[in-house]
Amino acid sequence: MSSSRTREAAPAGSGGPAESRSGGAGSAPIPTGRNFRSAFADLRRGWDQRELWLHLGWQDIRQRYRRSVLGPIWITISMAVTAIALGILYSGLFGIELATLLPHVLVGMIVWAFISGCITEGSEVFVANTGLITHLPAPISIHVYRLVWRQTLFFAHNLIVYAVMLVAFPQPLRWTDLSAFLAMALLIVNGTWVALLIGIVSTRFRDLPPVTQSLVQLLFFLTPIVWMYDVLLDNPAVAERARLVELNPLFHFVEIIRRPMLGQDQEWRTWIIVGGIAAVGWAVTLLVMRRYRSRVAYWV
Amino acid sequence: MVSIDVRDASVDFPIFDAKSRSLKHTVLGVVGGNVAANASKVIVIEALHNINLHVSEGDRLALVGHNGAGKSTLLRLLSGIYEPTSGEARVNGRVAPVFDLGVGMDPEISGLENIMVRGLFLGMSRKQMEARVDDIAEFTELGNFLHMPLRTYSTGMRVRLALGVVTSIDPEILLLDEGIGAVDASFLERAKGRLKDLVDRAGLLVFASHSDDLLKQLCTSALWMEHGTIRQQGPLDEVLGSYNHGRDHATSEG
Repeated sequence: MSSSRTREAAPAGSGGPAESRSGGAGSAPIPTGRNFRSAFADLRRGWDQRELWLHLGWQDIRQRYRRSVLGPIWITISMAVTAIALGILYSGLFGIELATLLPHVLVGMIVWAFISGCITEGSEVFVANTGLITHLPAPISIHVYRLVWRQTLFFAHNLIVYAVMLVAFPQPLRWTDLSAFLAMALLIVNGTWVALLIGIVSTRFRDLPPVTQSLVQLLFFLTPIVWMYDVLLDNPAVAERARLVELNPLFHFVEIIRRPMLGQDQEWRTWIIVGGIAAVGWAVTLLVMRRYRSRVAYWV
Repeated sequence: MVSIDVRDASVDFPIFDAKSRSLKHTVLGVVGGNVAANASKVIVIEALHNINLHVSEGDRLALVGHNGAGKSTLLRLLSGIYEPTSGEARVNGRVAPVFDLGVGMDPEISGLENIMVRGLFLGMSRKQMEARVDDIAEFTELGNFLHMPLRTYSTGMRVRLALGVVTSIDPEILLLDEGIGAVDASFLERAKGRLKDLVDRAGLLVFASHSDDLLKQLCTSALWMEHGTIRQQGPLDEVLGSYNHGRDHATSEG
């Protein structure tokens, strides 16, 4: 309220002394310091070590269910049960046909699991790996790649439910709906910067992970997953307010992949918005990486 | 050419309390103005101060100094884990740090899998590790236990495993912390031969330890750290002599 009076305050973070004279010279040493070169080098070297994080991400999944009989099927079953229960409940409440709402809820929840996983686990990605970060020199990006890869594996695993659903409720799929793969690639690109950015910021500010968790919980209800945007638009009483959903970026993230997966028409607008968010998000993340990448080891 | 070049490097640790760790306090502090800004001042610990150091290929450098003198922090600086808050540290070569043998070990997966993960973390490829697994298994003498989850291992068995992996790779820059000596002295005695081979293979060694015997066996030159600065640097005997003299002097006085 009184923000108009507040003078420009110095940015938080207490600033860092001037440094990084590391110019060109030899190519052998790893670029260090607060510059874009070292930020990019971190991302690239992390990518080069994919044997490591592909292995670790895969192991994360196996390990979580190592001692259970059903193994990773558990995630999939619990997801299916929740989706079916919510689908039945809300189709009754809203008076929408189950054959319409259930696939909508199911695919929505599969996609949501990926998105929320990247956000909430991203907020703890570096703190959870404190031991590794302070004992082994490795690019910080490997922890983020590992996380996103793990979420992608979960997603692929949950597609079992989707396959069963296609049998029970056939959808009018066309060849063009293969664009769902491209949409997933865009989601992965976005999930990576989100996890990286939230990870760095919440390593510095430890009250962020719980805040993030509540926020994601709230966003679940603000995103049309258990309810349908189109249905609200048909209702003149609420159509105006329902349009506010367009302001929710996660709405577009869900739409971009749910529509092709359900054989619905896609809009260019969704692709432009999600692509735009990826570009802006990565730009911001690279700025943060440039300035704070080297601080993560100090903060954890 | 394997080398480490450190110029005017300092490492400052921000010590955050609950308040400065909190985004709420920081944001409100910005809005609130000066009073809050003073209250949320972050304390900084200067762990290393203006370090100048050059280590080149073939060097066997010992790090000595009291607890908290900055030996471990210096090793982390040399490994690239901490980038200096001012100045610069240039590391040329593949680093194999051995600070804590337990870190990065997963208790739920088998010994063999842990060998693989460890190796991948140290920058080896999957193929390279597969070629070394038999050799490591033989060294550890763990036999069928290698197929059991790591949580069933005793401490000594874990140390064998970790040491087996580390000593099987060919590091260009080997950084050892005293921690490994403290874990299991009797096994280290047995592993000494292998450790020596490793040191011979390494292009460059920096070893922090309180054990003069171990240092004399592995190192040729030494660096005496005190209060985050370099107190003395030179041939091993010379530095050890004055370090021990200073220590004896201090104890006889106190």
